[in-house]
Amino acid sequence: MSATTLETTSAAQSPAFDRARALGRHKAADSSFRWMTFAAALLVLVLLLGVAISLFIGAWPAFREFGFGFLISDAWSPPREKFGAAAAIYGTLATSVIAMLIGVPVGLGVAVFLTELCPPMLRRPVGIAIELLAGIPSIIYGIWGVYYFRPFMQDYLQPLLIGTLGNVPLIGALFAGPPLGYGLLTAGLVLAVMILPFVTAIARDVFETVPPVLKEAAYGVGATTFEVVGNIVLPYTRVGVIGGVMLALGRALGETMAVTFVIGNAPHIQSSILAQGTTISAMIANSFADADPGLATSSLLALGFILFVITFFVLAAARLMLARLAQREGR
Amino acid sequence: MFVRTLLSATIVAASVACAAAADISGAGATFPFPIYAKWADTYKKDTGNGLNYQSIGSGAGIKQIKAKTVTFGATDAPLKAKDLDEAGLAQFPMVMGGIVPVAHLSGVKADDLTLDGKTLGDIYLGKIKTWNDPAIAKLNPNAKLPATAIAVIHRADGSGTTFNFSYYLGEVSPEWKDKVGVATSVDWPTGIGAKGNDGVANNVAGTEGAIGYVEYAYAKQNKLAWVDMINKDGKKVAPTVDAFQAAAANADWDKAPGFYLILANQPGDQSWPMTAATFILMYKKPVDVTASNEALKFFGWAYDKGADEAKALDYIPMPDKVVAMVKSMWAKDIAQK
Repeated sequence: MSATTLETTSAAQSPAFDRARALGRHKAADSSFRWMTFAAALLVLVLLLGVAISLFIGAWPAFREFGFGFLISDAWSPPREKFGAAAAIYGTLATSVIAMLIGVPVGLGVAVFLTELCPPMLRRPVGIAIELLAGIPSIIYGIWGVYYFRPFMQDYLQPLLIGTLGNVPLIGALFAGPPLGYGLLTAGLVLAVMILPFVTAIARDVFETVPPVLKEAAYGVGATTFEVVGNIVLPYTRVGVIGGVMLALGRALGETMAVTFVIGNAPHIQSSILAQGTTISAMIANSFADADPGLATSSLLALGFILFVITFFVLAAARLMLARLAQREGR
Repeated sequence: MFVRTLLSATIVAASVACAAAADISGAGATFPFPIYAKWADTYKKDTGNGLNYQSIGSGAGIKQIKAKTVTFGATDAPLKAKDLDEAGLAQFPMVMGGIVPVAHLSGVKADDLTLDGKTLGDIYLGKIKTWNDPAIAKLNPNAKLPATAIAVIHRADGSGTTFNFSYYLGEVSPEWKDKVGVATSVDWPTGIGAKGNDGVANNVAGTEGAIGYVEYAYAKQNKLAWVDMINKDGKKVAPTVDAFQAAAANADWDKAPGFYLILANQPGDQSWPMTAATFILMYKKPVDVTASNEALKFFGWAYDKGADEAKALDYIPMPDKVVAMVKSMWAKDIAQK
């Protein structure tokens, strides 16, 4: 009490203009800080727009020449100057879907295990291992993919798939063809390993934000761990989990080196997921250095623009989904 | 952390730039890279001048010299005289070599298998899918051929090796010429794309049932099983320096404007059908005359003193007559002051 009185008196004694100057200084610092951060945010927008516009300008000759056909043709013939993006788009989407189908459930499973079921002694080592997996450069995954994983695919997994699922009507065509090791499935599986740590690391972090009281209440009324995860943890952390999944999808869509090594780089659409294919980024990486100026380069830039648009739509779809979820909750 | 990475990246970039300033810079074909690297090594010991050669592929080499980022470009797919004139470039052949088909089948060693151009073309067209196909069996009555699927390996990047290979297939298979064409990168009907001669060699080495095409030195260094070929005269030949030499001996450089000459499918009993020359591209009016002169000095040294090293790596040095023609072209066409 006495201390407060002392402070008030000392403030009252100091001259008034000092106070105004000090406040003014703060205000100037505040506003300059605000402008700096605003400029930084603006820079991101300008960069984004700049990339999109310059890509589109570079891609324009290809779009003008081939029109809508560019999206549905799978020809890629530099000597004949015939280019189409369909094979690359298909390969990009197919490998990403395979990666997500495997990477997301496994990644979420690992996160649930780490937060709900794991003995405390194991929690740290497994967590660190997952984070290390996220830190491995993609070229290492590529080398691992081509030297160790691909022969495994050729010798064991692909003959197995061809011998079993390959004979099933309807889906048999998906698993047809000679087992060469290179192909969409191999690339998808390597991608699955690459996105796994992203999904796990983010899911683990958001799972830990669930208030223990909610989980304890659920356990208290007799819910099993599975029910707690399904009804409490996942709904509570939905936004974060979807964010992590989208980040992983973004990585899968744009991954270049690891995919180039194992996908077989064949610009054709084939029914089998064991067959060779290509992705947008693999195509650009392989052909850009020596593409003739003109239509070939322009077509590659057009591929880049399409990847840009695909990524944009994926993010937009994620936002939309989250908005819908929020709306439903509000109702 | 990020700042430190950036800083070290800048330092590395700066030191690379410094090194490049003193060296002769060139980029292009991967086909002659082993011999250029060897020459550069010896030349550095002899004269103290280094060569910075990036083997990024012929197509990329042409692109780099046109962008003037390097002193010389190297390509296995020669430019036509008209294109040379348009770009103001001079072109000359540096060394010759052979492209060999390589196969990976367990139990099959080098020279065990024989193919002809038509069959090789059908394999690359995707018409022959397994190793025990009658067309292959007919050419190899004594070999035990498994029913293994053929994994066709080709270049994924633009490549002079591909240019010479597709040129040869076009010569022997009308269907190839019609459907696929001849270029540094083509619309492959089938197969697996790999980057560079070394990429193809690696993929063939690692894939059971694979067939690929690489420059001879890559096949030898990677201990791959090369395949013998039936040549234009219907004779079976193994890929040897003598067979490359036999094909090269037919070449008539006198009547080749801009030294545009492709050595594939040459006649002669001994001729290896996929022999190729590799070329250097330089500006007739170079921006940096000193750098251009340094490069010419290196090439002159390679012509005069590099023949033995070329032979040791199974390349064929250019005949003296051609070297004399090239040198007179330098004096006439390339500004050296």
